[in-house]
Amino acid sequence: MSKIGIVFDRLRLEEKMLEKQAMDLGHDTTMIDAKITHFNTDSQKNDFDFGDVVLERCISYFRGLHFTACLEFLDVPVINKFDVSNNCGDKLITSLLLKKNKVPTPKTYFSFSADAAKENLEKVGYPLVLKPIVGSWGRGVMPLKDKDTVEAMFELRELSDDPHDRIFYLQELVKRPPRDIRVITVGDRAISAMYRKSSGGFKTNIALGAEPELCEITKDIEDICAKASQAVGGGILGVDLMEDEKNGLVVHEVNNTVEFKGLAKVSKRNIPKEMVEYALNSARK
Amino acid sequence: MKSMNCPECDASLNIPDDASVGEIVSCPDCGADFEISKKDGTKVELKQAETVGEDWGE
Repeated sequence: MSKIGIVFDRLRLEEKMLEKQAMDLGHDTTMIDAKITHFNTDSQKNDFDFGDVVLERCISYFRGLHFTACLEFLDVPVINKFDVSNNCGDKLITSLLLKKNKVPTPKTYFSFSADAAKENLEKVGYPLVLKPIVGSWGRGVMPLKDKDTVEAMFELRELSDDPHDRIFYLQELVKRPPRDIRVITVGDRAISAMYRKSSGGFKTNIALGAEPELCEITKDIEDICAKASQAVGGGILGVDLMEDEKNGLVVHEVNNTVEFKGLAKVSKRNIPKEMVEYALNSARK
Repeated sequence: MKSMNCPECDASLNIPDDASVGEIVSCPDCGADFEISKKDGTKVELKQAETVGEDWGE
């Protein structure tokens, strides 16, 4: 029997499903609230009961990332690893890694001031999609279709104190059907996928009301997801694909703390079971 | 099911028996969110839930 730790900061259905699955498989679990856990530079692994392996499931990206750093300092195996979390948490880093590893991905432009981003837009032409480099659920993502929108958006960014708002990540607007594909990968293997259909706008996030529909995992999906997973360092991931009319499947995002409650309802695979087994097998290696 | 009063508006707030520490309960009247910070038998303590952060999500 093994023990699996689940780190959370807001207990969602996913964390409860993982806990139940681990118990159903005959393992012990320990639920760790990141918000009330303390570390210091003299901390030792034995000071805590994190189990044999930890699944990091914080809803806050930075909290989860830094908590993972502390766990790795203590030599506690964590899924996902710090480097993976770091690679996926910042869209600019993800895009660079995808391209470097020859994973098809939309063309993306990076500028480091509003003026430079405007200059690039004038050169490249409209529309481009502005995305915050850190963030989720489609927040702050918008197509920039004309100069007036650009002026308004960039002015808002300049008023912000968030240093990430000084980084301008602008992506080509991919011509595609009004949907994208979310694939859950476990150890570089695509285990379940769904179409996320737009509810009217151009965003397809489930958090914004997109309708989930089971998607068959084709060989092409399997291959591109394996490559995307390897590019960011592997683990348990949510790979987002678009069906580009010109270039076929492209990866536009890889998510580190994947949400799966919607997909779990319709998937033929037992998603939390695959995750728990993968985590425990990784720790044994 | 344990019933307690909403710390915000005093409306009746029901805590399911299988709710765990870390879970969020929302007041049906005022909509405020609370996190279960302690649960010991029938004794339940709530604290104000964190608001959605810029870095929240997947």
